[in-house]
Amino acid sequence: MSNSDTAPEILRTVDGQPLKEALTRASRSARIRAFLLVLPLLVFVLLTFVVPIGQMLSRSVVDEKFSENMLQLGAWFAENDSLIPDEAAYAALVADLKVASAQRSAGNVGTRINYELPGTRSMFTSAARRADEMAPPFKEAMLAQDPKWARPDLWAAMRSASAAATLNFYQAALDRQIGADGTFEAAPENVQIYVKLFIRTFVLSVVITGLCLLLGFPIAHLLATLPLRYASLLMILVLLPFWTSLLVRTTSWMVLLQGQGVINDLLVWAGIVGDDGRLEMMYNQTGTIIAMTHILLPFMILPLYSVMKTIPPSYARAARSLGATSWTTFRRIYLPQTVSGIGAGGILCFILAVGYYITPALVGGADGTLISNQIAFHMQKSLNWSLAAALAAMLLASVLVLYWAYDRMVGIDNMKLG
Amino acid sequence: MKNLLILSTALTSFAYAATAEEVVLLSWGGSYGKSQTEAYLKPFTAETGIKTTMVDADNPATPIKAMVEANNVTVDVVDLEFADAVRLCDEGLLEPLDKSILADGADGTPAMDDFLPGAVTDCSVATIVFSQMYAYDNTKFPENGPTTMADFFNLEAFPGKRAMRKGAKANLEMALMADGVPAGEVYTVLATPEGVDRAFAMLDKVKNDMVWWEAGAQPPQLLADGEVVMSTAYNGRIFAAAVSEGKPFTSVWDGQVYEYDVLAIPKGAKNMEAAQKFITFATGTQRLADQAKYISYGPARKSSGPLVGLFEDGKTEMGPFMPTAEANLTNALASDFEFWADRDTQLNERFNAWLLN
Repeated sequence: MSNSDTAPEILRTVDGQPLKEALTRASRSARIRAFLLVLPLLVFVLLTFVVPIGQMLSRSVVDEKFSENMLQLGAWFAENDSLIPDEAAYAALVADLKVASAQRSAGNVGTRINYELPGTRSMFTSAARRADEMAPPFKEAMLAQDPKWARPDLWAAMRSASAAATLNFYQAALDRQIGADGTFEAAPENVQIYVKLFIRTFVLSVVITGLCLLLGFPIAHLLATLPLRYASLLMILVLLPFWTSLLVRTTSWMVLLQGQGVINDLLVWAGIVGDDGRLEMMYNQTGTIIAMTHILLPFMILPLYSVMKTIPPSYARAARSLGATSWTTFRRIYLPQTVSGIGAGGILCFILAVGYYITPALVGGADGTLISNQIAFHMQKSLNWSLAAALAAMLLASVLVLYWAYDRMVGIDNMKLG
Repeated sequence: MKNLLILSTALTSFAYAATAEEVVLLSWGGSYGKSQTEAYLKPFTAETGIKTTMVDADNPATPIKAMVEANNVTVDVVDLEFADAVRLCDEGLLEPLDKSILADGADGTPAMDDFLPGAVTDCSVATIVFSQMYAYDNTKFPENGPTTMADFFNLEAFPGKRAMRKGAKANLEMALMADGVPAGEVYTVLATPEGVDRAFAMLDKVKNDMVWWEAGAQPPQLLADGEVVMSTAYNGRIFAAAVSEGKPFTSVWDGQVYEYDVLAIPKGAKNMEAAQKFITFATGTQRLADQAKYISYGPARKSSGPLVGLFEDGKTEMGPFMPTAEANLTNALASDFEFWADRDTQLNERFNAWLLN
């Protein structure tokens, strides 16, 4: 239409607007409409997922129980960096305890320090009860109340608690504590627990994922290759437990596996084991592994099945007709095509297993519990939510690291969930 | 921060719409819950017309913090162990108790003189004295059964699986008493690291033959199922199973650890007024004596003592089954609430670590 030396005429719509503007406007309103459609989901995810996780993460590094109640002592710490408290420090401590006693917050203050130095909580509550009667010199008054007030580690703990932001909970989550000289050191061997539990959690999760793969692979293959009639029957057998309540399945395992349970009774009846030699399959790691493998099995089978379904059987037939043995066919033709399913099932099982709570709590006994049970302990029993948050954050971080490693090695785009 | 927490929990939790006046009691369930239903809840509703509901927990202290922090307190009165009540009170999770609401004794004694020493604290009032002791299955030891706390830890003389509560409290005290520490010195010893080591060394002896229970209803069940031959338990649960269900259990009182159980109002309870009325009612002389009709826990009021009579079956005398009965107190330990308010977390962490190793 136009030749090279005249400027191109602006294209216009029928009603005379420039086409470009009209297009932008139309696409903008489409975008707004699309955004409005996902808005409810966005708000939902924000409120039920992003905000709580953010809260949890902030709890793991912030604890205001001490800092917001002990203002004068906080001011003394800000001005002095000496480790040895002087009379002014004790005066500030007593003044703060008086306020705390009036506001009934001495328990909170003591609880915060008790996290770092167990056994110090009642020093705060009993000193607060008597703070009103104390007269200068305050150092003597406090030491008469309890000589432990002179301990350097106590002052180190109070100094670190006087700032709301702290990494102490992560130190505790790594089995480290404040030592006598006020610096962090490894906790005594007999109270170390978390590192050991993290390792156990990951080892058990790998074992459970491996077992799921071993058991699930042949089933998924059967599902994908059987005639439709049998396949759908088998599928129901796979899905039926999946639809049954988690608690029902876990307690069924308890009925089967416990000392006086069905399996042991059968073995004793058949004379395979004696009545005093009943197998211990419950309230230990064996129980956790068996019950969790069963519960997580569908999460391995379903992704595998969806991938295997798409593999044309002719590939394997071609390999066989070209002279490959059945093992070679499996290893070089079939298995590589299922990798995306193995990856998806594996990562799904593993991530679920790492955070599993109720099953190990019920069947794990003492040596089959996982890190999630310890998190629950701090959420529900010790009420040290900051430590629970620090443990949970570490669990979250390690799962993200694994996810990243998986992405680097296998590629997340290759993952198929169905 | 707090607002965000409220917002997100309000979205995920079910909003409780309080329509009429009612009292929700959070307690321990099982035969203990039943005794409260019969002695407190039913007569309270009959007298005041206020609806009552009972909710169960393995340990009612645990859900309270979550409820208060989320500003969604769904219970009005909570039944707690003494040490937990002191701890929660210090952390500001319970309403201060207005001592003027406590009723005077039926014999006219002023309330504060009528309750046993230490039974009324800033936030809570004791209802009963309960105990952790152990019981064994008669059928496993028909003759010469265990009689002392040391026997519980003696696998050679008394072989078989045992059960204990999963936690440090009471177990460590029992271990020390079994190791020969007199009741009066248990907490002095346990306050030292060597004492704690000594208690755990004692527990080591039975660790491999131990089943750990969490809910108070489990020990009689474990004994009845034959899973264990002896178990520590709340004394009332064993009594209920032995007397009202005729189970062949024998209680061993040597080395028992007894403690108050208290009622308190969680901070922000929705029906404050009704909750206070309920506490006044439930801690009255007659109600506490009535509760002893259903379970063998001693009332925390002096004036209730003489009113305690027969078990609900009409023939069992309750007196000898009480933790506070003279014969049961020969080697008994009063649980030290301050010790546990202080060291609960520390010793439970040590306990958890010990379980793992």
